[in-house]
Amino acid sequence: MRARVFRNPWLPYVLVAPQVLITLVFFFWPAFESLRLSLFRVSPFGDRQVFTGADNFTRLFTSADYLQSIQVSFVFALGVTFLTLASSLALAVLASQKIRGRGVYRSAMLWTYGIAPPVSGIIWLFIFHPSYGLVPYLLSTVTAYELNWLLEGRIAMLLVILAATWARLGYGVAFYLAGLQSIPDSVLEAASVDGAGPVRRFWAITFPLLSPVTFFLFIIMMVFAFFETFGIIHAVTQGGPGNATTIMVYKVYLDGFVNLRLGLSAAESVVLMTMVIVLTMLQFRYTQRKVFY
Amino acid sequence: MKHVLGRSILAAALTLLAITGGGLAAPALAKTEIVWWHAHTGFLGERVMDLVNKFNASQSEYQVVALRKGTYAETLTAAVAAYRAKAPPHIVQVYEVGTQTMLSSGAVYPVYQLMADQGIKVNWDEYLSVVKSYYSKDGKLYSMPFNSSTPVLYYNKTILKKAGLDPGKAPATFDEIEKAARAVVSSGAAKIGFTVAWPSWTLAENAHAWHDQPFADKENGFADMATRLLINGEFGVKLWSMLARWQKEGLFTYSGRGSKGDQPIKNGDAAIGIASTGVIGSLVKTAKFEWGTGSLPRLAGYPQGNSIIGGATLWVMKGHKPAEYRAVAKFLEFLGQVEQQAWWHAETGYLPISTPALKHLERVGHFRKQPAMWTAFAQITSGRTTPNSQGIRLGDFVAIRAVIEAELENVLAGKKTAQQGLDTAVAKANDILKEFAALYR
Repeated sequence: MRARVFRNPWLPYVLVAPQVLITLVFFFWPAFESLRLSLFRVSPFGDRQVFTGADNFTRLFTSADYLQSIQVSFVFALGVTFLTLASSLALAVLASQKIRGRGVYRSAMLWTYGIAPPVSGIIWLFIFHPSYGLVPYLLSTVTAYELNWLLEGRIAMLLVILAATWARLGYGVAFYLAGLQSIPDSVLEAASVDGAGPVRRFWAITFPLLSPVTFFLFIIMMVFAFFETFGIIHAVTQGGPGNATTIMVYKVYLDGFVNLRLGLSAAESVVLMTMVIVLTMLQFRYTQRKVFY
Repeated sequence: MKHVLGRSILAAALTLLAITGGGLAAPALAKTEIVWWHAHTGFLGERVMDLVNKFNASQSEYQVVALRKGTYAETLTAAVAAYRAKAPPHIVQVYEVGTQTMLSSGAVYPVYQLMADQGIKVNWDEYLSVVKSYYSKDGKLYSMPFNSSTPVLYYNKTILKKAGLDPGKAPATFDEIEKAARAVVSSGAAKIGFTVAWPSWTLAENAHAWHDQPFADKENGFADMATRLLINGEFGVKLWSMLARWQKEGLFTYSGRGSKGDQPIKNGDAAIGIASTGVIGSLVKTAKFEWGTGSLPRLAGYPQGNSIIGGATLWVMKGHKPAEYRAVAKFLEFLGQVEQQAWWHAETGYLPISTPALKHLERVGHFRKQPAMWTAFAQITSGRTTPNSQGIRLGDFVAIRAVIEAELENVLAGKKTAQQGLDTAVAKANDILKEFAALYR
């Protein structure tokens, strides 16, 4: 027999109502509005709306700029994800060694997570700006190299990848530290007894046992890089030079908020929405199954 | 116990309600409040507050609340969103590229009409014709000119002296800029020989107007809705090829989009730069080096046109009460007065927009004390206003400017030739114009 948790049958509904209401107002309503707008050509002030069917989408997928922004997004997201995963795993392994002052190192590594993306963007801008940044200045005094990424798309991309990675490093480190702690010492000790060195122990035991964490972080970092790095891009490159760092989220902003082409921008956000849904489904489906324990 | 607590919470809530309710109701009776959204920050933001405070102190009926809503683009977007949510500000500052968007919006109360409805006499003929024509439709002024600017050339006398050049004379042609920049960079007097702010405004829009070259068809969009950009002609290609070569040789340094290029000029990092007259105010107050201004540089072999107006104007939004429009009209009247115009110009370097204000400044000897502030007028009055230099009015100009700047970056980076970059910019811009026309025809 099922235990009765609530005496009043309405109480559970009342309790979840605020959350449902918030989701409806702040998620479903805007999402449906985007879906609707994506089928229209709309004037900035909304006084004219012409139904154009799938025209916005055809225009998107035949536009070189949009295809480029998809490519740029993947380069950026994969770059951020791999760099964050690799460096946070390395740092977490180092920080879980038995060394003096381990706690200090651990908290120092988590600090950057507390920094909002735009702020981390601005910090990097101050360090790397061609005219007032420290690094280009030092580089130009020591070598003859002028680091002007205002025109060099690849360097600009590298810079925003580094900035985004730095901002999320603490998050990765935190999860890997937790993951490392859950690996039983007995397994590692048994391996040592069998004569496995530290490198062998890491690749044969630690890394596979961390795979659920890695997979989780992979999805989270992809989502972060795709959707939450707007602030970094906006602070550092504004999508330039050319369109070299215009990721899809930034293009939604440029078309919708700067250029005021709202129908087109809505269509772009529908494309993005589809991508989040796919990524989330992947996460739900595969976190439990395909990962080796 | 429980009941007592519940009751006291209820009582506290009621008291709070009474206080806030009363607080909301009280000032509404006293003063008519109007809201002004603007985009000025730092030095200019403080000057805006000075104007507002002065108006609020000058009378007791109206209260202007000025709010900075971000950059020009962000301010316009905020106004659009607010209008769609039926809570627009009374006045919004919009940059010159947003003019066509505002004119087509159906969301504005034209200034000439507002003033006529409120019975406030304004002699619009006293307003500078270059400024007035940019913001008028069928000869009627739609928005109130506020911070009108035009690009001028800035040069750092301290750097030029260090490079062994004559600091007494501003470089007048692109050839002279090249020579000066080369001397500056090779002697190590400065890292940046030449740079610009607002790249599309200075290197595409004004460069064409200043050399009497067309920017778009239909008289740059003034005769009828423009359908094509014309910047990929021989002039544009020549100028951009030269800049790309300069960038490669280290003579020109690209500083980024928007007002980013103001920084190296204000900080004294650049020997020569082109930026808005609105930079003069900060230079006067903060520069720790000698500087001067000059007319925009000329490219030999092209006719004389004129520089065009930039900056921003104040648009009055629809959807408010008559009493509030009375306050808006009074405030705009105040801003148009000679005293305010002269003060605003002297503080910031933006152009005073009426001839009486200009005459007043001449009378008090302002331009003798601040010759740098005369440069813009010398430039505008020496120029020839032609269909190519009266201004540029394009639908979705904001998007078009972004396209031009992205292609300029590709050209300067050497990824495309000037011809390829300009052709792409024109093709993309023409699509944007077509889309705009489809919506408004």
